Amino acid sequence: MERDIRVRKIKDGTVIDHITAGQALNVLKIIGFAEEFPKTTVTVAINVPSRKAGLKDIVKVEGRELRSEEVDKIALIAPKATINIIRDYRVVEKKKVSIPHKLEGVLKCANPNCITHFEPVKTVFMVERKDPIKLRCHYCERVMGEAEIVTQF
Amino acid sequence: MEFEGRDIISIRDFSLEEIRYILDSALRMEARMAEELCLLEGRILACLFFEPSTRTRLSFETAMKRLGGRVIGFSKAGVASVAKGENLTDTIKTVANYADVIVMRHPREGAARLAAEVSDVPVINAGDGSNQHPTQTLLDLYTIKKEKGRLDVTTAIVGDLKYGRTVHSLAHALAMFGAGLILVSPPGLEMPPEVLSDLRELGAEVTRSSLEEAVREAEVLYVTRIQKERFPDPEEYEKVKGAYKITPETLTKARDDLIVMHPLPRVDEISPEVDLTRHARYFQQVRNGIPVRMALLALVLGAE
Repeated sequence: MERDIRVRKIKDGTVIDHITAGQALNVLKIIGFAEEFPKTTVTVAINVPSRKAGLKDIVKVEGRELRSEEVDKIALIAPKATINIIRDYRVVEKKKVSIPHKLEGVLKCANPNCITHFEPVKTVFMVERKDPIKLRCHYCERVMGEAEIVTQF
Repeated sequence: MEFEGRDIISIRDFSLEEIRYILDSALRMEARMAEELCLLEGRILACLFFEPSTRTRLSFETAMKRLGGRVIGFSKAGVASVAKGENLTDTIKTVANYADVIVMRHPREGAARLAAEVSDVPVINAGDGSNQHPTQTLLDLYTIKKEKGRLDVTTAIVGDLKYGRTVHSLAHALAMFGAGLILVSPPGLEMPPEVLSDLRELGAEVTRSSLEEAVREAEVLYVTRIQKERFPDPEEYEKVKGAYKITPETLTKARDDLIVMHPLPRVDEISPEVDLTRHARYFQQVRNGIPVRMALLALVLGAE
């Protein structure tokens, strides 16, 4: 019975599954549900037993699909996550998140003296390692890891 | 190897072969220094120094003039349009209409890369904040190669390994060439972990050591100034200034063929008495800046 409640279907929206255990709250920050969609129903499951990963988190967002820059950000902290688009109770699209080789305009550089904070220019980060994540600012060459990325959400 | 139109922003942009090519080209330039060269006659270099510099700016100006070219520019952001509120992007786009090549020093990290992206003419980075100073690295490599005949030398790097842009790029380049690195720094000024991890990924053998041990083992002792201007907190600077001082006594247990290098200016890290020892190479090093910068200017302008 308990299991049925956890996986209860939503009518329309997005189910983000296979989130790295412990990252669900950061995923909520990325999709900005509190600020942007104060009336959106969001279901969060933390530390759900999973055959593949041991434990995982799940986030279900009703009535909303994710933008590509949100998916890019989720990939950075939960590289094994899957995004399921639900329409009329059916999964119409299922995809794994993927980290691109280059991230443009998604994050700010952690170096306060980086030129990107002072000039009208989009940030660019090169992905040097995917898991655990390691990014290098294309401009100032400063390296950012998960801890510095998460504080931006 | 094609260098025409290329920007010189970071040592990370270059392969081993490209670095060797630049060093060989510098050697050819040095051999021709006594001649009156006109390889860059009719060409204009813009030196944009948003941060004070004496030797790097004069060295670039000398290099350009020795090649028959001319120089324009400024050496204080205060007198430039920047003081009127113009952003860097607009300054560079404007200057790119006046000059054939731009040499730039800027206090913000990443400024050179951005300048290169908006400029139609090649940009050479003469220092972007605490990030990169690739022409210093190339002249350091040139000096080591000339003195030692090879680059896989055991090198001790002493001083401010945290904020010093010179040491990060030099350590990276030496690691590419298979050099062993001995790091000597006061507490709080150690090499940042991400730089260390890069060096190890390049396969470098990196050890930390005391100055005494480093002097005994090294073939090259690379000493740097603890740079007051890079410290966010003046108290932190006060704690570590003068942490290391190289004197003839410090070098008594050194190998006979140890060379001492320093990017200059020095404050009190190397006593003037060391200048007279067989180890001192820092003034040769500074002189080597000219052929290296001549080679780079000629290469990016397609004249070499």
